This record gives sequence, structure tokens and C-alpha cells, in this order.
Amino acid sequence: MQLFADLLDALSYQPARNGKLRLMEDYLRHAPDPDRGYALAALCGELDLPSLKPAALRDMTIAQIDPELFHWSYDYVGDLAETIALIWPTGNTTTHAPPRLSEVIERLRLAGRAEAMTLMSDWLDGLDATGRWALLKLAAGALRVGVSARLAKTALSALGTVSLEEIEETWPQHQPPYTELIQWVAGGEKPAARNTLGFRPLMLSHPIEESDLANFAPHDFCAEWKWDGIRVQVAAAAGQVRLYSRAGEDISGAFPDLIEQVDFEAVLDGELLVARHRNGAVEVASFNDLQQRLNRKKPTPALLASSPAHVRLYDALIIGNDDLRALPLRERRQHLEAWYGEKPRPRFDLSPLIQFADWSELARLRADARAAGIEGLMLKRWESPYIAGRVKGHWFKWKRDALTIDAVLMYAQRGHGKRSSFYSDFTFGCWRPFVDENGNPGRELVPVGKAYSGFTDEELRKLDRWVRNNTVERFGPVRVLSPGLVAEFEFDSVHESTRHKSGIALRFPRFHRIRWDKPANEADEVETLRKLMT
Amino acid sequence: MPLHPQHWLRPMPGGLYCEPGGFFIDPSRPVDRAIVTHGHGDHARAGHGRVAATTETLAIMAARYGEGFARETQALAYGERISLGDVTLMLEPAGHILGSAQVVLEHDGCRAVISGDYKRRYDPTCPPFTPVKCDVFVTEATFGLPVFRHPPDKNEIAKVLHARELFPDRSVLIGVYALGKCQRVIALLRRAGYDRPIYLHGALQALTQLYESRGVALGPTASVAGMVPAQLKSEIVLCPPSAIGEVWSRRMGDPVPAVASGWMRIRARARQARAELPLIISDHCDWDELLQTVRDVDAPEVWVTHGREEALIHAIQQTGRKARALSLIGYEDEE
Repeated sequence: MQLFADLLDALSYQPARNGKLRLMEDYLRHAPDPDRGYALAALCGELDLPSLKPAALRDMTIAQIDPELFHWSYDYVGDLAETIALIWPTGNTTTHAPPRLSEVIERLRLAGRAEAMTLMSDWLDGLDATGRWALLKLAAGALRVGVSARLAKTALSALGTVSLEEIEETWPQHQPPYTELIQWVAGGEKPAARNTLGFRPLMLSHPIEESDLANFAPHDFCAEWKWDGIRVQVAAAAGQVRLYSRAGEDISGAFPDLIEQVDFEAVLDGELLVARHRNGAVEVASFNDLQQRLNRKKPTPALLASSPAHVRLYDALIIGNDDLRALPLRERRQHLEAWYGEKPRPRFDLSPLIQFADWSELARLRADARAAGIEGLMLKRWESPYIAGRVKGHWFKWKRDALTIDAVLMYAQRGHGKRSSFYSDFTFGCWRPFVDENGNPGRELVPVGKAYSGFTDEELRKLDRWVRNNTVERFGPVRVLSPGLVAEFEFDSVHESTRHKSGIALRFPRFHRIRWDKPANEADEVETLRKLMT
Repeated sequence: MPLHPQHWLRPMPGGLYCEPGGFFIDPSRPVDRAIVTHGHGDHARAGHGRVAATTETLAIMAARYGEGFARETQALAYGERISLGDVTLMLEPAGHILGSAQVVLEHDGCRAVISGDYKRRYDPTCPPFTPVKCDVFVTEATFGLPVFRHPPDKNEIAKVLHARELFPDRSVLIGVYALGKCQRVIALLRRAGYDRPIYLHGALQALTQLYESRGVALGPTASVAGMVPAQLKSEIVLCPPSAIGEVWSRRMGDPVPAVASGWMRIRARARQARAELPLIISDHCDWDELLQTVRDVDAPEVWVTHGREEALIHAIQQTGRKARALSLIGYEDEE
């Protein structure tokens, strides 16, 4: 447990992706089996431990500590798990040895609430402050150390020569603590394949620009809308169903409404959306609605009713017992259409093919595509087999042009890692009408978004210098800037938001151009952004 | 009937004043006669008439403020008794930093001990805290909450050495207080067997040399001036905490930012300090050590000064002793 606790502790302070990878790789090399496999499962968010109520943990602590001291401490620290970890009495360490991670997980998994509390108390006695903190995080369910399942698997792949794709493909065949899998990656024998429910790594696309199209013949390609959902794989075999995210994470639990409709055996590729049926038509909802569903591991009946899940299919890897991956897309599409035609299912439909004669016609269609749920176009070579990974020359994404706005830099914060001495994180704002206390109308700036990228290293140096010379106030790490610098920001779309003062939120904002020449009062108004809302 | 210290020791706007002795302890504004417990800026200020302190504290003040920091100085050895007015005064080691002292006062049959800042654990750069039995003990409360329990120093130093192995292409940049923490971290690294040169920000050099000249061996140190990132790869560099993330730190390229302070126990504080490697190394007592010290000096009454007083007062009262807050202004939470 101590090694795992030290890993979580270090990860929680490590901002950089490479730093996190290095820490996890080091842990996986040195921790014994089966602990390291359980650690991997915990990092991937795959452990389903009985969740312990914070109030119960607090009461258990207060039973051993003067409640007044606990109160002052909690008030100062602000985080309950951290307070308990720090304040837990250390007098009993001699009677309880620190537990192993495997022991914690194996016993907690089977324990009822009451027994779990007794176990926790004994373990808290045996661990140091970092160990106690890690144990409480584990028991709380969410580690929140900024590691995705894919990043954890990437760290695993660094142990040997097995690629991330291979790990992802075999991952679902294994269970925590993944001992066989880890030993294989670390140089052992490849475990035998067990079932066909496994995730098959997806075929990915490359971005393309209009100018690249001149080299391609239009009739070699099929065109589809690029849907603004998340890519998923539906795998169904032998009465079981899995829904995988693009990185191979099993997200079936969050989408019971889809899973219950799967009465087939196939492995299909498509886009997960929230879509509502209205007058016989399927209306795709905004990405925000899908986000609500993705945030919920166990959706409520109300959420299921208001935001029903839907998969828009565009490819078939396996249908029945036939593996179609070696066939060209043209034939796979025929199989998919024939299969769907036999029995259409309301929660599934096919991504329609767009008819076009030449690239200029397609460009026109793309330019008009700002309806909800469309991010641009996909171009796929009719002859493409289904190949895992980002293979060149087969699939292309042609995103719609980003939206842009001129906004004023309002606040700056320093970045992390190599950027830790540079002001690289900016909040920018636009104007809106405002009436001052004397009733005089004027305009005020309100923040509309944050951006950290899109500038060159040279521009970053200039921005940093500008920030240092134009700070009017400081709140902790945040510098308030005098409203004097305008930049053109790019973003994918605008949404309604109750979380921001401006009432709107931008998707993927980034710097496009810094307008050293443009006065702040010529920046755009919030109203302009509202008109761009989809 | 001995005269209780509450009648002859009282907080004034300028600091704690001893009336029958005619002196202040660690005054925050210029006074005629001052006793200074240690050299940190919030305790040792320039501009007093007469200053009595340990030889080391006087040397530190001279290094920081110049030779003319007071009209007159009086160097006291630990344990040396002097009389000031009707008061007998003696300094005893406080274990906080080089030269740090507790002030032991005796007047009319009563003894009061003013701890200044102090710690109880081993520090190779200064003599250890000596508990002195007394009627009133005046303690600091910087870490006066039970969440503050400092881990063993060697665990924290091991983190530094592990980070070097894990990130061989980066330097480890440790933010330290220039006086005391800097030299202690160096000494702890040496004890852990680290014998490479340790690189110092310019603001740390003078005091480090002063420590060495007072017989505290710290091994090879060097200035970072003029160095480029490639030369500092996998080296350990010390700087004031405020220099991390400042333009100065760019000469390190992409260092592992570390901060050595008792505040690093609290995650929000560590994140605020932008530490990738928070090191819980403190020159103050943790909670258990504060309470242990109260038991060791066995004072029936404890006055608690700067820090988180309420919880400590509450805990001391639970042990059957009197305890109250002594409101002194002008001391900082810095460490």
C-alpha cells in the first residue's frame, strides 16, 4: 500500500503527462504482483468497491479525537479525507502492520458496510499520513490524480515491447489484478484469447485541408457527416454486450438504455449521441446533453428519459461469425446496410452517405454544416480495410472551419512544467452593456473563456513580458491585466452555460492570432457570440 | 508571595515588554533595549538602541542589516546569566536555527521562559532545544493544529534523491527560506550521503557562508550564476521559494520544483506553492512536539503567541494547565 500511496501522492502533484508516465512506469516496475495490477485497475477507474459514507468516516475519527480539535482542523484543511488522514491518531501503529494494496482491495470488495469500517480503522492505524490519504481516496471511489485509463495503459506498455493497441485489444479479456497481462507485457508469454467481447482498437483518421483534396479523386471516397458525439464500439457476443469508448474503456454501465436494445451478435463502429425521436425523425441533441450522460456512471431514470442515448453506425467489424475487417469499406458498408435493413432498431441508425459530384460541391455542403451535432465531414477511401490505429492515406476528417472572435485578455496565470515561469494561461472577455451606479450606460468586459494554446514559443515570450508589464492587481497566482491586448480566438462552438457570468461557454477555445495592433474597445461583444450559438 | 509574571511581562504594541528589566523581546519596532531570540526578519529588526542576543544571532543581524544595525550589542553565551534591572536573564538553545535561543527570565521568585521559535527534532546546524522548568512558558503555535505532524526528515530527503533518479534530465529546484532552512536542507542531504556540489541562488550564499564560518560543515556549494540548463541536469539547486516560477528559474530549463516547509503538509498549500515535490521539512515544532514540550517544561501556565492558538490552548487546558493567547502582532507564518 505504501508504494501505491507514494505513487498517488506524486501523481497528484505532477502536472506533466510525461512526468505522470514516468512515475507510473517506475511503480509498475518495482511493485510486486498482484498489487501492481490492482493499482492499474484503480488508476483505470475499474474497481467497484463499496462506497463508504464520508459522514461515517468522520464519526469514526471523532470517536478517537477531541471533537473541538477535529472541528478546528477540518476548518483549516477544508477537505474531509485529508483532515482524517492527517489527524488520525498514530499511537496504534505498532499493533497494526500496514496492509498490502491487494489485501485492501480483496477484502474491501467482499465486505459489508460495517465490516468495511472496521477494516478501514485497522488499516488507518497501520499506515502513515500519505498511506491513510491514499486509502481514503481508494475507498471514496475516485482517485482524481489526473490519469486516464489510456495513460495508465500507456505506462504499462513502457515495461516491454507490447504496443498500447495490443494491450487495449486484450485488456477486456482480463480482470483485475491483470497478473497474466502484466507479465506478458513485461516479457512473458502472451495469454490465450478467451472470448470475442474484447475491444478491437479503432481505425482512426487524419486531418485534411481543402488544398490537399486536389490530389484525390472524388469517386475513390465516401463522405459522411462528422458527428459531434463520442466514438464507440458496440461488441455483442454470446448474450453479452459491451460498449467501449474510443480508448477501449468499458462504458456499458452508463448506457443501460442502449445495452438493453442489443439483441444481435456483432462488433460495430459508430458515434454515441443523445438523440430524441420527434414526429418520426431522430433529432440529435448538443454535445452538452451527451456530456451529462457521460458524467454519470449510473444514470437516473429522469436522465435516461430526458437524454436518451443513440448510436449512429458507420462501420461493421464483425457481423455474426463473419470478421469483415479485411474487406474494403465498400463491402463492409453493404453488409452493414443489409444487416440493419433486416431489423431496424430505434436506438441505432446508419450514418447516411453524402452524395457529391466533386470537391467543390462537398466544400459547399461543409460550409453550410452548422446544424447541431455536426463537426464537419469524414472522407473514407472505399477500398480501405479496417486497420487498427492511425494509418495513413485511408480516412480523413475535414472539420468545419472554426469560429473566431476578437476578445480582450483579462487574467493570466502561469503554466506548468516548462511553462512554469511563463504566463501562458489566459482568461479572455468580451464587452456587454452595463449601467453604472449613477445610471449612466456604458460597457463592461465579462470573461467568456480560457485559452492556453495556439501561440508559438516566441509569442509566448512576448505575451509573458506583456503580462508582467501590464498587471494592475494580483490575487494569489492570478494577475489581473489592464484591458489593453486583443487576440483573435478560435473555438469549435458556443453553448449556453449557467456556470459563467457571461451565460455562454466556448468549446475548445485557443489563440489564433494576437492582435497587438487592435485597441481593446474594438473587441467583440458578448452578443456577437450569442448569435453564433448552435 | 512570588510575583506572577503576568504582572511584569506584558504585550505592548511593539512586542513583549519586561517592565522590571526595561527591555522588549523580539520587538517589531525600534526600542531602546531589545533581546532578540533569533535572526529571522520578523523577530530581529534593525534600529534598536541596545541588542542582546547570541553571538551567532548578532552575526546574522550584521550580515543582513550591516554592522550598524544597533547602537550597542551584547553577545551572550547559552547559559550565561546577566542582570537587567531587577531581572536575571539567560539564553538557552531553541533548536530553531543557528544562534536561536529561548529567553529565561527570573524575577521576584518566578521564572518565565519565552521560547521564541523552536523545534525539537535533530538539526545538524544548531544545538538542540533545552527544556527549562518554569512557572510560565510562552510558546509559539505556528503548527498548532493536530493535522501538523511532520514526517521523519529522512523520508523527505529520500524523495529528493528519488526524484533525481526518476528524472535524470531535470534539476531538482528546492525553495527554501534563506536563513536556517537552506542550511539545514544542505546538511540533511549530506547526511543522506549526497556529496555532489549543491547549487545556490545568490540570495542564499552569504548566510550559507556565515554558517560555514561558524563551524557548520555543509560540503561543496556553488553559485548558479551563468549556468545553462544542460550543466544543471540532475543537480540539486536551492533558491528562495519566491524564485520558483520566476524568470530567474528559466536557467534550469525544466526543473522539478520542490518546496521545503512544514506548510507542505497541507495539499492546498503545496499546490499553491506550485510544488511538484512538496517536502515537509520544518524548523518549527509539530503538534505532538508542542504538547511534549509543554509537558517537559512542566509549566502550570502557558501563554500562546503567533500561529493557530485556539486549538493549542484548548489541548493544553485539557491537561489541567492554564493556557491563554498572548496577542503579539508582527510575526509571520513564514517558514
